[in-house]
Amino acid sequence: MADDQISIRVCLGTSGKASGGEKVLTLFKMHIERLHLDARVGTRCSVKKVGCRGLCSRDVLVDVIINGEHTTYQNVTPSMVERIVKEHLLEGNPVDEWTVKEDYAEFTSRQYKIVLGPCGVIDPENIDDYLKMNGYRALKKALTRMTPEDVIEEVKRSGLRGRGGSGFLTGLKWEICRAQKEKTRYIICNVGEVNRALAEGNPHAIIEGLIIGGYAIGASQGYIFIRERYHLSVERLRNAIAQAQERGFLGENIFGSGFNFNIEFSFGTEAFICGEETALMETIEGKRAMPRLRPPYPAEKGLWGKPTIINNAETFSNIPIIIGKGAVWFSSIGTEHSKGTKVFTLSGKVRNNGLVEVPMGISFRTIVYGIGGGIEEDRRLKAIQVGGPSGGLIPESMIDMGLDYENLLKVGSIIGSGGMVVFDETDCIVSVARFFLEFLQRESCGKCVPCRLGTTRMLELLTKITEGRGSMKDIEALERLSAIMSTASLCGLGRTAPNPVITSLTHFREEYLAHIKEKRCPAGVCKALITYTILEDLCKGCGVCLRRCPAGAITGERKMPHSINQALCVKCGVCFEACKFKAIKKE
Amino acid sequence: MPETSLTKKMVRCSINGVSVEVPEGTTILEAAKALGIYIPALCYHPKISITGACRVCLVEVDGAAVVSCATPVEEGMTVITNSPYVEELRKDIIDLILSDHPYDCMVCQKAGDCELQELAYLYQIRYPKFQGKKRMYKKRDGNPFIEREMEKCIQCGRCVKICDEVQGVGAIDFAYKGFDLKVCPPFEHDLDCEFCGQCVMVCPTGALVGKDWIARGRQMNIKKVDTVCPYCGCGCNITLHVRNNEVVRVTSSPDTFNEGYLCVKGRFGYKFINHPDRLKSPLIKRNGRFVEVSWDEALDYVAERFKEIKERYGPDALAGLSSARCTVEDNYLFQKFFRAAIGTNNIDHCARY
Ligand SMILES: Cc1cc2nc3c(=O)[nH]c(=O)nc-3n(C[C@H](O)[C@H](O)[C@H](O)COP(=O)(O)O)c2cc1C
Ligand code: SF4
Ligand code: SF4
Ligand code: SF4
Ligand code: FES
Repeated sequence: MADDQISIRVCLGTSGKASGGEKVLTLFKMHIERLHLDARVGTRCSVKKVGCRGLCSRDVLVDVIINGEHTTYQNVTPSMVERIVKEHLLEGNPVDEWTVKEDYAEFTSRQYKIVLGPCGVIDPENIDDYLKMNGYRALKKALTRMTPEDVIEEVKRSGLRGRGGSGFLTGLKWEICRAQKEKTRYIICNVGEVNRALAEGNPHAIIEGLIIGGYAIGASQGYIFIRERYHLSVERLRNAIAQAQERGFLGENIFGSGFNFNIEFSFGTEAFICGEETALMETIEGKRAMPRLRPPYPAEKGLWGKPTIINNAETFSNIPIIIGKGAVWFSSIGTEHSKGTKVFTLSGKVRNNGLVEVPMGISFRTIVYGIGGGIEEDRRLKAIQVGGPSGGLIPESMIDMGLDYENLLKVGSIIGSGGMVVFDETDCIVSVARFFLEFLQRESCGKCVPCRLGTTRMLELLTKITEGRGSMKDIEALERLSAIMSTASLCGLGRTAPNPVITSLTHFREEYLAHIKEKRCPAGVCKALITYTILEDLCKGCGVCLRRCPAGAITGERKMPHSINQALCVKCGVCFEACKFKAIKKE
Repeated sequence: MPETSLTKKMVRCSINGVSVEVPEGTTILEAAKALGIYIPALCYHPKISITGACRVCLVEVDGAAVVSCATPVEEGMTVITNSPYVEELRKDIIDLILSDHPYDCMVCQKAGDCELQELAYLYQIRYPKFQGKKRMYKKRDGNPFIEREMEKCIQCGRCVKICDEVQGVGAIDFAYKGFDLKVCPPFEHDLDCEFCGQCVMVCPTGALVGKDWIARGRQMNIKKVDTVCPYCGCGCNITLHVRNNEVVRVTSSPDTFNEGYLCVKGRFGYKFINHPDRLKSPLIKRNGRFVEVSWDEALDYVAERFKEIKERYGPDALAGLSSARCTVEDNYLFQKFFRAAIGTNNIDHCARY
């Protein structure tokens, strides 16, 4: 971008849109036009929509770039636009009170954005923006100067591993597929929840990666599998496909190479199991989303019984980078066996929730205290759950560990879908494990016994413990169920479902024991184990608690100490919050 | 060259220390069967594609547990079907299945013939150690032939597959998911299908049984009589289950030419045998009323009348309509009789209508 321009970027990801981004964008355009800004400051002024840059709680985020000078505004609402245009664009004085502060720099500076890089910079609906950033050059290079085998070799050398779950070496998987006798092959892009920002912010990278993948394995038909609910992702991918077709990057004889490739959409429902690759193929075939047996593996016999490759959208987004910049460059990022970067949704009790991309090997400490800005109210970190619902809980004592596939596996977790939830001392680990099991139990497809009944019984046991009805035998049962499920389940869901239970039992056993033996929830979360009592010597008899209690459990004369009828108390804690004299004890 | 057992590559493996050679592609379960080694299997059924859902067929291969019904034998494989490791796993998986089972074997039609009960017995699981909620259904299927007690269903999928893959009907499938997974007809309406009962035949538990079987006799005091189905010329082999000289059930064995498959009439249409309205001797109408007569008398009477009609009006005044209940040989004789003995080509068959 030339320096003598004013460029305004408005975040229009799902969150940006929800926060009123479209209105903000329109207002910028309107004010600029009305003030004849172009003429007055003597330069070209552009306003464009960009994808998400990760910090959705600050949306609408707006970048103003004047002569290469970056200013970012956070939480921009339509009413703020006029002042920004007037003071900043026209008079050259940024509105300091609305710009991002140091924490924003903390959040961004420790990340390493290679796949998310263009998100938040380019207009995802304009292919020319992508082309300006070397878009589709990797495709051209692959198709005109490399054989499919060369491409596979390059991907193998890069050390790229799948970003959607098991972390299998992508190049190796492609090679197995290419070696099949059957010549009709398919390639599928699996767009998960975490990939939405990618699809919304830089859809062309996914498509370019998918086409290169198709060329490498010898498939001429690609599918994008996506949940119907991700409207904006679908819209932007659809738009990107149409543009790529127009420019001849899709269709017949791409770059005169004789290679043909087309992409179709396949829509899934919300069910978690749809993301599992064999269930996903069943879905595309119009059947019930239930996993298939392996072997045969999809690379040998997949969609419609043909050799099929399924990769995650983030995996595909890495492909143009690897082909473009080379395997050597790519493999310089990361650790010995885990190369490149990984996108995570950082959430939970950290100050900065959002979408982050970090180099493999980064420590959890840097993620939580650097990028995440530390724990809310400086409370104590308790555990980090990595890998989505079936990931493991990593205790605070391990936060100096580097984040990569091997280390996570060692501590009983997975990279999985790229979820990362931070828990602090106010979270009850048993409840956390129960929460994840509740999700997994609901999402089990029910095909195989260990998962269908294992998750059900596990959830019941965890519920029992959180309600103070647990016994030591229940711990034994949980451990036995974990072993059965992780060895005997049919698919990854059932096999990884015990992870939160196993890891929490390993690292936070004492919390389980407190619930079982002392009937106490150390974090004060499990309602059944909390008692609220009024301390007579502190109670002034003001009656606030009595009026607020929704269950009518509090009685007492005015100016006399009140008391709580435990049989009626529903443990909502309203009285505890309401008492100004700290006369209510929670234990 | 088409692949036959002669051209197919053979692979050798050892199961519980016994060496066996099988054609490539044979599963561990099938290979074990050939050796007479029993591996429990609840979702596997030889007539349908592999499901791999129940996981009770686990065996140990190189220290890892694999499902024997779905894992092909590989050259040099060492399989152990009864190590403490897999036996424990298997037992706990059966335990889990039992933890969501009604436990009313006392009154269950299938007792004594139930594959789940047999496993509970073999593994001596009196009460499951895993305990919790069980599926309960208020609505009962109102179809006339098949009692579908879905609380007893172990979600193995055999019925779904036999109906789809063998019978080609697809009357039932899974609905819901996870714990609530349920086999049912579309929209949980009453079953309205061919009622061939193939699903009943393959169901390992008492979830699917004939409505008319209930409380008429289980396995004890049953005399099994092999015979041929009287309904049509196919002549399926059936087995009558007779108790106190009454047919209480009809089954068919998988080693018959009809492979155990029957149609609704053969499987469920046996109640006419003891029905009071059943005709047991010929009737002749006299003075406007039917009277029972002997076969000799009836045949003489018919022959007499045929002759009369033929003499008076010519052979073409007569016509023969044959029944699909007759065999091909019967039908051949029938048309021969009409053409040669009566002398008319007026001959037809109910199967044309
Ligand atoms: C229950 C379950 C859900 C999954 N959901 C997703 C998903 O949403 N997106 C995804 O890319 N992979 C998901 N996976 C992993 C896929 O099965 C598959 O391994 C992956 O898409 C392969 O791509 P990769 O090699 O690029 O990681 C899921 C796996 C399981 C067992
Ligand atoms: S492990 Fe769970 S989700 Fe996977 S096939 Fe079994 S029941 Fe279905
Ligand atoms: S009776 Fe036959 S047609 Fe009906 S559900 Fe069973 S197998 Fe299918
Ligand atoms: S009804 Fe019987 S055959 Fe069908 S799934 Fe249930 S247990 Fe299996
Ligand atoms: S018989 Fe093998 S999994 Fe059911």
